[in-house]
Amino acid sequence: MNTLSFSVIATAVGLAVLAFAHWLGLDYFYFAGYTILQFIVLSTAWNILGGYCGYVNFGSAAFFAMGAYSSVFMHKFYPLPVPVLVVIGAVVSGIVGFGMGYLTLRLRGAFFAIATLAMAVVLQTLVINWEYVGGSRGAYIIRPESLEVAGLTINYIEYLFVLMLILAVVALATSRAIERSQLGFGFATIRDDELAAETCGVPTLRLKLIATTLSGAFMGMAGAPFPYYIGYLQPQSAFGLEYAVNSIAMPMIGGTTSWVGPLVGAILLGSAQQYATVTISSAVNLLIVGLMLVAFVIIAPNGLIGLVQERLRRRQP
Amino acid sequence: MSALLHVDSISKRFGGFVALDGIDLEVKPGERLGLIGPNGSGKSTLVNCICGTLQNESGVVRFDGHVMDGLAAHQRTHRGLARSFQLPRPFHSMSLADNLRIPLLYTVHARLGPLRSAGDLDARCGELLETVGLAKKAKHMPRDLTQVEMRKLELARAMAAEPKLLIADESMAGLSHSEIEDILALLVQLNERGITIILIEHIMSAVMSFSQRLAVLVSGKKIADGKPEDVVRDPEVVRAYLGQ
Repeated sequence: MNTLSFSVIATAVGLAVLAFAHWLGLDYFYFAGYTILQFIVLSTAWNILGGYCGYVNFGSAAFFAMGAYSSVFMHKFYPLPVPVLVVIGAVVSGIVGFGMGYLTLRLRGAFFAIATLAMAVVLQTLVINWEYVGGSRGAYIIRPESLEVAGLTINYIEYLFVLMLILAVVALATSRAIERSQLGFGFATIRDDELAAETCGVPTLRLKLIATTLSGAFMGMAGAPFPYYIGYLQPQSAFGLEYAVNSIAMPMIGGTTSWVGPLVGAILLGSAQQYATVTISSAVNLLIVGLMLVAFVIIAPNGLIGLVQERLRRRQP
Repeated sequence: MSALLHVDSISKRFGGFVALDGIDLEVKPGERLGLIGPNGSGKSTLVNCICGTLQNESGVVRFDGHVMDGLAAHQRTHRGLARSFQLPRPFHSMSLADNLRIPLLYTVHARLGPLRSAGDLDARCGELLETVGLAKKAKHMPRDLTQVEMRKLELARAMAAEPKLLIADESMAGLSHSEIEDILALLVQLNERGITIILIEHIMSAVMSFSQRLAVLVSGKKIADGKPEDVVRDPEVVRAYLGQ
């Protein structure tokens, strides 16, 4: 199946989800669905660098926050429609990703992870001290109740939901296309053995920069509509541990070698968290993530996808 | 005829340790050169400097008329230099066929343009695996292979890049006698197709039967270079290997 037909199918699935949500007519479904879709984009983005290339990024929250804060900045500076802000968020976080990649080219493994974490702390400190975007107090964005598009009145949360749905489809289609392309093969050689990759003619530095930029850009995209969703953005929530941990845990639980992994992981973990938020408490979220991550590292180190693949392989003679 | 590879007094040090001390080496097109030396004599460092894994501090590496200094390893591979590693370094998450696909996608494409269709790529991978006798295992993962098969995969991957010069770094260490014969036959076959080969090896019988010329490194210096029969009788070489 080529990328075009995949995109068509993914769009159809997206429309089905939307139709279901519309039929349900529950605002809460849009709220919860938005969060899950946002995590699909985040974990897919993380997986481009972390899963395909094997570079574990602990600073996902920073890329997400850069997207969110570029929206806050634009909201004050020159208000634009949210889809445009998504593009701006992607560019800003893509540049940050490129910069991070460039500065950490020589770092591998734990050292790379620590550097990304450090970068997140630096960026958070910058934002806290930047009064224009609210500083440590945070910034309010008054979200309109609804939106007029071509004579139709659309509930604003539904609008954000649709936007995130589109982003999820784009992210999944991109990551799937990469997986099967020359780029994807190159990424996999970086994960397996960089030295051997170089001797096979793979320009590893260039590919790593492509991966950090792409991954960062998608995280920025996921973050850009966030201030409109939440209404009040403060550094602690945008740079929250929740985003960094979830974008690692979701691909790990789903399986990192394929685009399906982050999707499955995000749906599974995202829904569990939403369920826990409503039934138990929102503080239980991270506990769930932690427990599931530990369980999966022990039971299925290659995630759910790895588990299924292993079963299939064993069944073959 | 002008040399294919021309190493001009290159030096490399690691901190206070001089690994290579002004090495000169020439390899003519189509030649089979053996490179020997005791452990720690700088053979692998020399290979790393030639291939761009390490950068030499002084001296010049010329390959096929071009200066290689400052080029990254992948750029040198694109220009026709290939190597195999002392310890095989396959891409663990890929099947054998996909392992060979990498140099085809990244090196052969870069040099000749994207000529190959998906079908051509598969065919070429199959052909290469056939050459090294691994065709039946095309879909297997590297972890399923034996030591000798791993070495063959390593050589096949180096060949896939369609190199002008192949540097085989201890491709036979730890193999049995018949397995050594296997690898040697493979290398001779490659050479007959016009690929220049530098063989780095400890197993003297293999080196002697393979090499047309022999160079000896001892503590970062080249102490002998010439016909294999003459070189092994050289008193200095004998002293380096057997002690005084």
